[in-house]
Amino acid sequence: MVGIHLKTLIFERSELDHLVETLKRRDYKVIGPLLRGGAIVYDEITNTSSLPIGWTDERSNGKYRLKNRDDAVVFDWTVGPQSWKRFLFPPIQKIFATHKRPKGIDLPNTKKQPVQETVPAKYAFLGVRPCDLHAIAVQDKVFLGGPYRDPVYERKRSGNFIIAVNCRQAGGTCFCASMGTGPKATSGFDIALTEVLEGKRHYFIVEVGTELGGEVLKSLKCLKATDENLAALKEICEKTTQQMGRSLDTTNLKSILYQNSEHPRWESTASRCLTCANCTMVCPTCFCATIEDVTDLSGKQAERMRKWDSCFTLDFSYIHGGSVRASTKARYRQWVTHKLASWVDQFGTLGCVGCGRCITWCPVGIDITEEVRTIRENQS
Amino acid sequence: MSPRTKTSMNKTAQKIRKPKLAVWKFSSCDGCQLSLLDCEEELLPITEYIEIANFPEASRASSKGPYDISLVEGSITTPHDAERIHQVRRQSKVLMTIGACATAGGIQALRNFKDVKQFISAVYANAKYIETLNKSTPIADHVFVDFELRGCPINKLQLLEVINAFLNGRKPNTPASAVCLECKRRFITCELVTHGALCLGPVTQAGCDALCPSYARGCFGCFGPKETPNTSSLSTYWNSLGIKDDELVRLFRGFNAYAEAFRRESEAHEK
Repeated sequence: MVGIHLKTLIFERSELDHLVETLKRRDYKVIGPLLRGGAIVYDEITNTSSLPIGWTDERSNGKYRLKNRDDAVVFDWTVGPQSWKRFLFPPIQKIFATHKRPKGIDLPNTKKQPVQETVPAKYAFLGVRPCDLHAIAVQDKVFLGGPYRDPVYERKRSGNFIIAVNCRQAGGTCFCASMGTGPKATSGFDIALTEVLEGKRHYFIVEVGTELGGEVLKSLKCLKATDENLAALKEICEKTTQQMGRSLDTTNLKSILYQNSEHPRWESTASRCLTCANCTMVCPTCFCATIEDVTDLSGKQAERMRKWDSCFTLDFSYIHGGSVRASTKARYRQWVTHKLASWVDQFGTLGCVGCGRCITWCPVGIDITEEVRTIRENQS
Repeated sequence: MSPRTKTSMNKTAQKIRKPKLAVWKFSSCDGCQLSLLDCEEELLPITEYIEIANFPEASRASSKGPYDISLVEGSITTPHDAERIHQVRRQSKVLMTIGACATAGGIQALRNFKDVKQFISAVYANAKYIETLNKSTPIADHVFVDFELRGCPINKLQLLEVINAFLNGRKPNTPASAVCLECKRRFITCELVTHGALCLGPVTQAGCDALCPSYARGCFGCFGPKETPNTSSLSTYWNSLGIKDDELVRLFRGFNAYAEAFRRESEAHEK
């Protein structure tokens, strides 16, 4: 992917506070990383003091641990249990409300009145990792790419200001390099930061991705990046690429998975899979939801809710007579095959961005890269 | 029932008489019945649509059956209860069990793994007047049950949802999937992955809205096994991390010890 970089600048660490202030002045709700419940998660921030300064994360199969570092680096961690879909595709959304009239029921006229909601939050996302930029691009295709645009997603997504942060280190379950989605951001951001700590000097290399990004930066003290700065940027990204804990070979992957739908590996992994749905909940591209209708006691008022669901539940594939994917094998195979094969047929892109969340947050540590490798190397 | 149905059967019926609800207690701590009383604000609105015809925990007043809906709390532990549950069933159009005792035998089903006579002689000075069954069993082992509401205790919001669904002729929203979905929808960070907690969430049915994980505790399995629970995979994984078999036995022998998946798992690790 070729990036459109308008220009490359640098600013000192202290300017990060001014960046947050500038965005707040422009009426953005600034969402950034913070420590909560033993992990780095995303929520609204008011200044940079709540950022996970000096913290890093260690990730392996089924394991995540925070670790304190002896420095003041802000972004030396990878990805936690949450992704930005939490804000763009909230886990519980009201689709509409209706009430019973003497004859029939009132339904909102979606053509005349779009689904009611308070003023859309204008989000500024601080600290979006390159893999997650790709995940947002994937969900853009899912929710906005076809003839039926999702109004909830569209409202949440519109007017986002995206501050990407290139990864200074890769986690144990990261495999973005093999998926072509990182560790350096190439597009989909307003500005992209690379944090540099050289002795006592702490600064950010800033790549400007949009006109708006450049405009916001005008409020900050920026300098033009030197050749030395650019060399530092290159070195950081190369070092991170070398550190990748995992890799997934995507060569010819779609046909390999289609041709191996009865591979014995599906059954053996099914004996480990808990069908707990954690992988799909933490996946930044998984978009499945269920619809729940709720009423008041009188039955006069009703609401339709949309909730995150998962292809790992029985209800998900329940049709007349039972669940289509009753076995764990069928459900696990469905998830992997959708991510890595039928997603391509459906949306023209892979559904996996190599963030490794599904490996980290699987309670028994099932590793999608290991599954694919086993099937690739032992094709039936 | 379709939302477009012009005149619902229920509405017509309400004008004639409200559906009658009865609450019955068997071997239990009364906690699930308290969940109904705990509805407080919602309790009076409920009585606009439903007649609470028999609920000794709330009122001495009682009206005769048959009842449109019976909520049954508690397990069957005595010969007398084993008789009485049939009387309840005969008087009830819909019989719904509430809580771990009624749906799985409850904490008192720990006796099922031992000889009950030994407990009796250890607890009572004189066993002459004790009449008890060898096992504590769920209601569904004795009579047909229309709907089971899990939990120890049940979640009052789920109880309201089921009563509401019953009144409106719709399917209740009480999914049988894992607690993990509730954790993730509430942005609760996984205790198992971040702290190595022995959390039963991945094998336990949702419904509590991830109560314990929201207080940074692993799930105790109060709502019993979820649909297609893979307890052996979780145990094997914990074994590989050095968790001993006797600890696994204790984990699975909680309020839902006698629910099949949990029972099998604890027995598999018992020496």
